[in-house]
Amino acid sequence: MNAAMRILVIEDDLEAAGYMRRGLSESGHVVDHAADGEEGYALAAEGGYDVLVVDRMLPKMDGLSVVNRLRAEGINEPILFLSALGDVDDRVKGLKAGGDDYLVKPYAFAELLARIEALVRRRNPEQVETQLSVADLEMDLLSRRVRRGGVELTLQPREFRLLEYLMRHAGQTVTRTMLLENVWDYHFDPQTNVIDVHISRLRAKIDKDFDRQLLHTVRGAGYCLREPS
Amino acid sequence: MNLPKLFKTSTFRLSLIYLSVFGASVLLLLGFIYWSTARLTTSQTDETIAAEITGLAEQYRRSGLVGLADVVRERSRNQRQSLYLLTDGNRFVIAGNLNAWPEAETQPGGWLEFPYRRPIGGRVETHPARARHLIVPGEFQLLVGRDIHGQSEVIEFIRTSLAWALALTLALGLAGGILMSRNLLRRVEVINRTSREIMAGELDQRIPVRGANDELDQLALNLNEMLDQIERLVNSLREVTDNIAHDLRSPLNRLRSRLEVTLMGEGSAEQFREALEATISEADDLLATFNALLNIAKAEAGQLEISPETIDLGPFIDDLAELYEPAAAEKGLGLSAAVHGKIGFAGDRQLLSQALANLIDNAIKYSETGGAVVIRADRSGDAVEISVTDSGPGIPENDRERVTQRFVRLEASRNSTGSGLGLSLVRAIAHLHDGVLCLEDARPGLRASLRLPSRNARE
Repeated sequence: MNAAMRILVIEDDLEAAGYMRRGLSESGHVVDHAADGEEGYALAAEGGYDVLVVDRMLPKMDGLSVVNRLRAEGINEPILFLSALGDVDDRVKGLKAGGDDYLVKPYAFAELLARIEALVRRRNPEQVETQLSVADLEMDLLSRRVRRGGVELTLQPREFRLLEYLMRHAGQTVTRTMLLENVWDYHFDPQTNVIDVHISRLRAKIDKDFDRQLLHTVRGAGYCLREPS
Repeated sequence: MNLPKLFKTSTFRLSLIYLSVFGASVLLLLGFIYWSTARLTTSQTDETIAAEITGLAEQYRRSGLVGLADVVRERSRNQRQSLYLLTDGNRFVIAGNLNAWPEAETQPGGWLEFPYRRPIGGRVETHPARARHLIVPGEFQLLVGRDIHGQSEVIEFIRTSLAWALALTLALGLAGGILMSRNLLRRVEVINRTSREIMAGELDQRIPVRGANDELDQLALNLNEMLDQIERLVNSLREVTDNIAHDLRSPLNRLRSRLEVTLMGEGSAEQFREALEATISEADDLLATFNALLNIAKAEAGQLEISPETIDLGPFIDDLAELYEPAAAEKGLGLSAAVHGKIGFAGDRQLLSQALANLIDNAIKYSETGGAVVIRADRSGDAVEISVTDSGPGIPENDRERVTQRFVRLEASRNSTGSGLGLSLVRAIAHLHDGVLCLEDARPGLRASLRLPSRNARE
């Protein structure tokens, strides 16, 4: 799906790090691991990684300090914080320190993978794009019009934002939590799958009258908008 | 109460410091009085003697040595306090009321003090005297003085009084210090004893308050309040532990059984995969329950920090309604939002969203097809009220308090999904904002509302 990424995991729980390394390797990525803050900082400072996954609580140097120092030295790789601290203010602290995303333990591996891939994608922002397209689905961000196969589709404002997010992450799996955070700006876990209903409404508009399906459900993970193979 | 312990108290040390300062002041004041009195009496004596000498000198100028001797003799008979002695060069007594020249060192023109023997009635007493030594031409020597017995006695009396006053001041101060320290020590001892009892496990002990509303009572009241808060936290923690023990055990057991049974059979890879996926989803539920429990406990203990921001309730409610509208529509329910006027409110957007989301979620879950869910925000009196009304079966009045407790699910909802934690979290979030969660009968249906004090309200 994506090209192999070099990922540095700074995590002191060796077993958790082991699972993470295995999972990320099986998804086609190259993983280095550091078990404490100083080692992690040293490895990260050498550079050459596409993304860093940093635990908040680390021996020798805590995660916030590692990221603060890296950012102070102009190292700009995207960083995903992992933390057992899940309060809203912890999240804000992590993002302020220079983290790009924040994932609270316990997390689903699919969530971790999706967020890592989203971060790397965000690195190379589509300059200032005015047009998004996936297969024959086209979105004009200026006139806020969506067409598929030349046929104009009518979307509600939220549906437009939902589709925009999916199109910006085309080919990647996005989780329900990512959608809730990025499209609705809610950082809590709704008990029922409200997102699923929004997706099926969107799907009815963009896929229903067409042969080839673009919006796919990824079991146990979330959704993926991609060109049919 | 033993004294060494008493001497170590800060009150006693303070009284000692105060006492030394006070004692030094008393000493200084009394010393000054003593010194001035002594000086005054001496100068009075000296002035009297000087006047005598002036008189004698006048006499000598007029009638010579013989006249002087006559006057001395004359005055010696009458003047009881004045002393005179006129001698020749060999200190042989010519006239005067002293028997002999005093043994003290003298210099012509100088002053001297000496004891002399004075007959009073039938007895002879030794009295102090002060005199001036003068030379009369022809090597005659004259001593003019005063008996200073009276003055000495006054000065001696003052000196004794001063010593007593000082001693009394010190004694009273010391006694007062000990008394004050003992009183304070006794009250502090009570606080210490209570603390030890609490540390030994008697968590319901409290420090007695005397009712004087002094600083020690204030301390006791504050400590007691702190103990109440700690006890509440401990109880809340204990409740969480009990909840976890009771209500997480059965899902864990279910999960374990599923894995065990799957391993027993000769399952296909597909069956194993299904079992594992089911296990993951069950583990997710468990973790969600666990997180919710922790959040509730933190919120109830006031440890969940709220980051207040000004929320415009109109868009705030519209957004949530928009999020849930498709889910409601799927179930055949109408969902609408109504906010009257522009209502601003300072609160934690994420937490309040979560609370309201839980209420909307419940409303959708318990309403039958064709029903309606209405979300409203109103300003009511001095509070802001955000309510969710459904057309479901409602909650019997007797159960309304109970359903906000952790894991409580009513018989009627046994078949629907849910952890029984939703309303507990809503209530905890309401409390975090100094508000309450109210459950009322909407005839039919349930009206669940968050009533939040409007000191947070913004125009």
